[in-house]
Amino acid sequence: MKIGLFIPCYIDAFYPKTGIATLELLEKLGQNAEYPMDQTCCGQPMANSGCSPDAKMTEELFVRNFAKYDVIVAPSGSCVHHVRDHFDAMEQTADVRHVRQNTYELVEFLHDVLKVRDFPWAEFPHRVGLHNSCATLRSLRTASMSELGEPFFSKPKTLLSAVKGISFATPKRPDECCGFGGTYSVTEEAVSAKMGLDKVTDHHEAGAEYIVSADTSCMMHQQGCAERNGVPIRFIHIAEILNGAKA
Amino acid sequence: MSNKPIPHAKSAAEWIEKEDHYTFHDERLWDMRQKRDEQMHLLPEWQDLREQASRLKEHTLAHLPHYLEQFEENARRNGIHVHWARDGAEHNRIVESLLKKHNKTSIIKSKSMITDECEMREYLEPRGYSVTETDLGERIQQLDGQMPSHVVVPAVQKLTGDVAQLFAKYYDTDPASDDPHELAEAQRIAARPALLTGDTGMTGGNFLVAETGTFVVCTNEGNADLSANLPDLHIATLGIERLIPRMADLGVFIRLLSRSALGSPITQYTTHFRKPKKGGEMHVILVDNGRSDRLAMDDFWSSLKCIRCGACMNTCPVYRRSGGQSYGAVYSGPIGAIIDPTFNAKKFSTLPFASTMNGSCTNVCPVKINIHDQLYKWRQVLAERHEIPFVKRALMKMAGRLLAQPALYRLSISGAEVALKTVPRFALYNYFNQWGKHRELPHPVKETFHSWYKKNRLNKEKGAEKEETEA
Repeated sequence: MKIGLFIPCYIDAFYPKTGIATLELLEKLGQNAEYPMDQTCCGQPMANSGCSPDAKMTEELFVRNFAKYDVIVAPSGSCVHHVRDHFDAMEQTADVRHVRQNTYELVEFLHDVLKVRDFPWAEFPHRVGLHNSCATLRSLRTASMSELGEPFFSKPKTLLSAVKGISFATPKRPDECCGFGGTYSVTEEAVSAKMGLDKVTDHHEAGAEYIVSADTSCMMHQQGCAERNGVPIRFIHIAEILNGAKA
Repeated sequence: MSNKPIPHAKSAAEWIEKEDHYTFHDERLWDMRQKRDEQMHLLPEWQDLREQASRLKEHTLAHLPHYLEQFEENARRNGIHVHWARDGAEHNRIVESLLKKHNKTSIIKSKSMITDECEMREYLEPRGYSVTETDLGERIQQLDGQMPSHVVVPAVQKLTGDVAQLFAKYYDTDPASDDPHELAEAQRIAARPALLTGDTGMTGGNFLVAETGTFVVCTNEGNADLSANLPDLHIATLGIERLIPRMADLGVFIRLLSRSALGSPITQYTTHFRKPKKGGEMHVILVDNGRSDRLAMDDFWSSLKCIRCGACMNTCPVYRRSGGQSYGAVYSGPIGAIIDPTFNAKKFSTLPFASTMNGSCTNVCPVKINIHDQLYKWRQVLAERHEIPFVKRALMKMAGRLLAQPALYRLSISGAEVALKTVPRFALYNYFNQWGKHRELPHPVKETFHSWYKKNRLNKEKGAEKEETEA
């Protein structure tokens, strides 16, 4: 199985550690992963703004970059949701369909495809608050949703539970959106930032030292809100913990 | 009606500054969502009920003319006068003609979103008719000259202190006394004479039952029953999408409605209206006002399934943090954001963007409207019709071109000092100015993943190949 690694633009530019951890983790698990050098973005910022036609060329580039791989893996639920559910602006060729059907968010790839349950190298002796992005929760469905009253399950928590020393804090509103919302974070910055502050405060009050998530974009926003308001909490991508980061 | 796009972001930003209002509003509505969850957990058949309700509504909407005619025929047989209104203006003229015919001048009215939608008070009051809202929340909004903030709890954005000050202006009460019981009592004392002297009763209605020609009104205060039964003339206004085929279907909706709305098993009053009282007249006005057009929209017709429970508003993190008034519309929150543009795409063009697209609304909707998918689709429709700001359109076009050209994209973010300093200027100016108002920027890093990969994987591989060849 040849894996194409998709590292979204904001991870590439601001959080390269997360991209490195994702690659190293896949390599530790014996996988053959490759990063196509001509990748840019999945097209979501334009499409979410209503401008699907402007996203089309970016999405076509994505398909050209990744169609040759058996699977595509990205440490970002939000981008994977876009590829899978909203790649509608271009003609639905065999390549497009292949890419849409075989793009995975890292947690679901580890949990459902590789079925990894042990990370013997991983140890994280900290209390963490798990943040499920709305894309992973309500589109990719990697965890149960409170609105539906379904039995509890959480793929990210299942994976993290294998990490030595880790413990979990439970915020009051675990499913509540953190307010990032892509371009929403700037078009309605006041509400967005308030939601972010409420979110990090909820985790902090629940006793979390770290917020851990499969979505860096949510955390980039939350970190900005926490730092501006002096909420003492740190942020780490799930790939880094599973890859053995100590702090 | 002004066509200027509603400044949701700006109004919401102002609302957030009112810390006490913000906190109360968020917590009050979140509490309603929690109570809704508790009720859901008590009913193992909850998801089946949602599915049934959705199918019943879809079936009815697919056969709307048939069931409307069936309702009309059966209602007439019961002695109800049935009127058809193409739009709000026609509705208001029908009401006025009924008042004229019966020589009536004062309406006592229970809460109904659709008369607000038709702007009925605005039409009747200048023509010399008095309209008194008898629902507490709706009365508060009427006295304050505001639209309802929420479909179920219209004055939820106000604190008791706000109500005390408002009532003091009209009811001779103490503006400093914000005890909710005293305030409710003041409204009761003020409402009773109006109820006794009002010569016309108006209500809305939650359901029209085709099979029986009856309609059903669900309330908690009992004011609808007083409004409907005290005067001799009862006029009920309902949208044509309120229909359900049979009485046997009603239970599905009654079980879902109040549980979804307030987290209570049922409303205090569920009143079935079948025929006029002795010596009185009962009129039902069936209003279209854009509903037929909406039914013809492939992507948006299912919003007509809505039973106005407000669950999507209670769960919406954006609505809870921006207050209903910021939507500038009769229908606010997620459901408003997908319905309002059907009335005026320019004026309400901002509302589908007042969402993070988190999808919680879709999950709580008792009739399974795919609200967040429709928000996404509205964005596409509005951008195509050029109903989004020019700067945003230009920005997206630029971003689209840049991100489609890897070499150019790399140039724009590469260099020794990565990230913040070299982010494309358009992104910096248009985005990070807004980003930074209430948030810190991400920390600059030494190199991008792209350049790390080049150094640590590609070049290493090449190096390794080279060594092999040399050896």
